Amino acid sequence: MSDRVGTARATILGRLRAARPPATSPPSDFDVLARRVFPPGERYPRLRRKMETVHAEFVETTEAEWPSAVIEFLRAERLGTLLYGPSTPAGRRLAQVWPSGAEGDPRLVPYDRPVETMKADLFDRMDAGFTTTRGGIADTGGLILWPSPEEPRLLSLVPPVHIALLREAEIYDTFWQAVRVQKWASAMPPNALLISGPSKTADIEQTLSYGVHGPNRLLVIVVR
Amino acid sequence: MSAETPAPEFRPAASRALRDPELRANFRRAMDGLILKRGEQFADPVEWNDLRNLGAAIRGRTLAKLPELLERLEAACTRNGIRVHWARDAEEGNAIVLGILREHGATRVVKSKSMVSEEMHLNEYLEEQGIDPLESDLGEYIIQLDHETPSHIIAPAIHMNRRQIARLFGKKIREARYTEDIDELTAIARRVLRKKFFEADAGISGVNFAVAETGTLCLVENEGNGRMSTHVPSVHIALMGLEKVVENLEDVPPLYSLLTRSATGQPITTYFNMISGPRGAEEKDGPAEVHLVILDNGRSRIFEDEALAQTLKCIRCGACMNHCPVYTRVGGHAYQSVYPGPIGKILTPQMEGVGRRHDLLEASSLCGACGEVCPVGIRIPELIVRLRREAIEGRPDGPGSVAEAGRGRHALESAAWTIWEAALTDSGLYRALGFAATRLRRLLPPWLPVLSRWTSVRSTPVPGRRTLHELAREAGVPDE
Repeated sequence: MSDRVGTARATILGRLRAARPPATSPPSDFDVLARRVFPPGERYPRLRRKMETVHAEFVETTEAEWPSAVIEFLRAERLGTLLYGPSTPAGRRLAQVWPSGAEGDPRLVPYDRPVETMKADLFDRMDAGFTTTRGGIADTGGLILWPSPEEPRLLSLVPPVHIALLREAEIYDTFWQAVRVQKWASAMPPNALLISGPSKTADIEQTLSYGVHGPNRLLVIVVR
Repeated sequence: MSAETPAPEFRPAASRALRDPELRANFRRAMDGLILKRGEQFADPVEWNDLRNLGAAIRGRTLAKLPELLERLEAACTRNGIRVHWARDAEEGNAIVLGILREHGATRVVKSKSMVSEEMHLNEYLEEQGIDPLESDLGEYIIQLDHETPSHIIAPAIHMNRRQIARLFGKKIREARYTEDIDELTAIARRVLRKKFFEADAGISGVNFAVAETGTLCLVENEGNGRMSTHVPSVHIALMGLEKVVENLEDVPPLYSLLTRSATGQPITTYFNMISGPRGAEEKDGPAEVHLVILDNGRSRIFEDEALAQTLKCIRCGACMNHCPVYTRVGGHAYQSVYPGPIGKILTPQMEGVGRRHDLLEASSLCGACGEVCPVGIRIPELIVRLRREAIEGRPDGPGSVAEAGRGRHALESAAWTIWEAALTDSGLYRALGFAATRLRRLLPPWLPVLSRWTSVRSTPVPGRRTLHELAREAGVPDE
């Protein structure tokens, strides 16, 4: 097996090397992205406008108030369970202020074990998942997420509602700017994501339908 | 792969498609919508031009360093814990995938969209081996239920309307009640597939961009089935054509922007999923193993010719087919090729032979729309003309030769061009033919073969009474 694999690799690379490479193209001029800058005050309204057209929902709040905004939303929407990462600073804040189990109050469920031990719960019994973000993108709309051991990958995917915390000050002009400023190239995590709205499809008659495989609602809690 | 099976024929398939008003309406409606939405995305011509130049430069730079970048990609992926495999052709690729699945005893496999897997006929192969690969992209799921192939590389079920899909679901999904409501149809698929994601032993996906610098596999999608397939099962196998590599992470944002705006007219998709490794030591989820299969399947041969290598710049957005007057009328299936439309017209004959698939090269009016909308500046019309020439005059031997060069020649066509050439280079013959055409002009029977195809729907063309030459001489123009 390994011999044949080695042969395939050598044959393919050998053929590519033997070919006269196509003439080098002109230098890559990224100016078209560099000049897409928005005044700081316009970044958030633009992001919100772009994401609302693809059905993302927004709640504006403050640094002090955001955990209550999460709880209020869950109560208003009658969502009984919220899955979250308990060991991030935001997770600890949520746990501190969480109402202690009165009748009808939502339940806060930590995602702190390997998925294998809680897969059925994750798929069938979680009403919403909460994550932080590493900022947003003004140009096109979109949130930046780096799932981690503290905030696993499936938190933002499997529960039917995704609640994401975004700080207005962390909105970048473009995806390209975020990649450069946050120096992604030297520190890529096993999984990085952009998310711009609830899951959707247009595979039947080009007609948009929301909530196909991922969450059917995305709520962005914006700290201004 | 081509010798044993007869060559698919475009013409009869196209004729059948043209006589199907439902199919034509489905495509016309879909293409009109996609053209409009793409146009809105590129409303600023300066930005479009600059972004396209950047996209073309990035893809050009990639090709100029292709072998080096593939090695860097392999090294970076390996560092990240992604296992890299190389496959010369579909057969090797299929064997690699099967080997990985067997090693894990995986029988339930969920797939997210991958055109390379279509190229490999992977589903058929796995089914023969007792493995059940389930397509999870809604469009792919629909056509898998219908035992069909994709009719478009981005929207695989674009040839069907809601009534056809409603009938299909009613027939094939036991728990589904008949409905023509699109949200309800989508919800039915969600219920079925969610269970499948939960149970799956392995996930298979394609790759939109593979970054050499960081060893990152990028997947573009709206539905979330790509994330489900790559993050829920314990094994993820990613398949890529070897041209999908890009050099730097910084190259990804402009290509991603060009891709989504060209393909569906969206500024950004719902999800952009960047995978740089399996589940980390402390992570709670994600696959324990990630495998990357790098497939050649004829690409290194295409790469040998400097001009034709442009074909490999393609980022598979499908804008060329959306804007193609031929594709819009005949639909994707008439091409009988994994890649339909203009990009398929240049890619398929190079992969399967210009003799065997010569008819695809003729399925073009050379209107130029495909080249104009291509986000990475592939000059598709020029390549169609080049390949037409290769099919007739090309030499089949030597480096850089096109597969089956010279085998697209047709005796009758060659004879016609010989007569044409003689008539235009021999003044005596030219005059004789002109004299005959003008004096015998009423004698051309409209039922003549070839001519009758024209006259069956139009009045018979009648040449003038005298040739232009004669008229000029009578008017006193000196004969030169």
